Amino acid sequence: MIELQHVTKVYPSSPRPALDDVSMQIDKGEFVFLIGSSGSGKSTFLRLLLKEDSPTKGVIKVNDKTLNTMSKWQVPKLRRTMGCVFQDFRLLTNKTVAENVAFALEVINKPQRTIKRVVPEVLEMVGLDGKENRLPGELSGGEQQRVAIARAFVNRPLVLLADEPTGNLDPETSQDIMLLLERINRTGTTVVMATHDYHIVDSMRRRVIELNDGILSRDQSRGVYGLGR
Amino acid sequence: MRVNFVLSEVAAGLRRNLTMTVAMILTTGISLGLMGTGLLIANMIGDMREIYYDKIQVSIYLADGITDPQRDAIAAQLDSSPEVKDYLYESKADAYARFTQQFQEQPALIANTPQDALPESFRVELVNPQRYPVIAEQFPNGQNGVDEVRDEGDFLDRLFSLLNGARNATIAVAVVQALAALLLISNTIQLAAFNRRNETNIMRLVGASRWYTQLPFILEAALAGLIGALLAIGGLVLTKILFVDKTLAGPIKAGIIPPVDWSAIAAISPVIAAAGVGLAAVAAYVTLRLYVRL
Repeated sequence: MIELQHVTKVYPSSPRPALDDVSMQIDKGEFVFLIGSSGSGKSTFLRLLLKEDSPTKGVIKVNDKTLNTMSKWQVPKLRRTMGCVFQDFRLLTNKTVAENVAFALEVINKPQRTIKRVVPEVLEMVGLDGKENRLPGELSGGEQQRVAIARAFVNRPLVLLADEPTGNLDPETSQDIMLLLERINRTGTTVVMATHDYHIVDSMRRRVIELNDGILSRDQSRGVYGLGR
Repeated sequence: MRVNFVLSEVAAGLRRNLTMTVAMILTTGISLGLMGTGLLIANMIGDMREIYYDKIQVSIYLADGITDPQRDAIAAQLDSSPEVKDYLYESKADAYARFTQQFQEQPALIANTPQDALPESFRVELVNPQRYPVIAEQFPNGQNGVDEVRDEGDFLDRLFSLLNGARNATIAVAVVQALAALLLISNTIQLAAFNRRNETNIMRLVGASRWYTQLPFILEAALAGLIGALLAIGGLVLTKILFVDKTLAGPIKAGIIPPVDWSAIAAISPVIAAAGVGLAAVAAYVTLRLYVRL
């Protein structure tokens, strides 16, 4: 599903590589936590998977496609197989909940018929039925993140990338979001979640990949956040 | 392609940047208007060449005291010259008639000109207009009833170099103005892209094609270019009605200056529109490629 072979990423502005000879494999349907302190390379890792950036060295494969050799016009096709969720939700504040989700389908040319069918379905799945016509500003943080997850999932991606999705939420709301991500994972979607939230990592006991100054320092199935904690 | 979506994005973009959009439309309009003026002057120069060059090339002005045999001798010499394609004799009366027709809008000038003030002449068309000096040699000034041989082409060349200069100056100003318009378009598109960065970021992440993301911006610029072109064409129409047809009515009627036909404006309008739309769209596209991450 996702494969990195000796991937190194050096940004011109910094002498130290953001990722340093990282190799790993994530299989279809896995749930993976990506942990590490700020600046450890988590965001770079996610950016490389989305081909927002290219590695300096090494090979990246997603869905058996080699990203290194992928041409620019093929990138949108790759991203249609991936969903993204962020700490800051990134919703369009002037569009309603339903419009925000529909937007993701409209801009990739899905027929209106399909959009009318799948948007209510996914909103029900994330527990937002009845709030279709609200604006993001009228929702709580947890609800806004549900909208973002609905938007990321509505096109049934193979991979869901989540960059600290609970970073702005209280513990209880975070738990709800994790339940939702687990549910999405059970549909067969691979979930890669970068996080600092050790409560969540420790309670879920899923595979943990830890980055330390760009170096892969731990890859442990059913892991916890930190051994010393 | 979801037409409604793209069009609503275009409309929203133009509204959001209203002041920049207006500036972009005005500079584009002025630039295209000047370009159109340059093209019209170029057309006019072409028409004037036909009016003048075809009619005369060399004039042989006759002295006041010329005798009939002298006149006949000149005519015979022209008849037999291989350099001469055709010639026309113009008597004092003919010259005066032509003069009154040319300056009919200025009765004072006509009133002050005695009927016999204009010299009689032979108007000569050469096989090869460059061979003027040969004719001048055959008819020395001040001899055999010839007053002066004048190369009208020489005068016309100077007149046309003046008109060409006017055309070039207009086009040069149009080019500078076009540069300002292009920079303004580029700036407006960058601003528009910045205003819509949330939308375009999401579009990029969910896998909208580059084309789909860029099209609203390019159409926005193209639409502004089209409106600018329409303004320019409107400006040319007004210039024709208010300036050319009124102020220049006299010389046009007299045949000194060719009229600016509606057909000429109709002919350059599509050129102006295409230039406006094309340049704006290309400027927007290049801006997006160079400065904006979509």
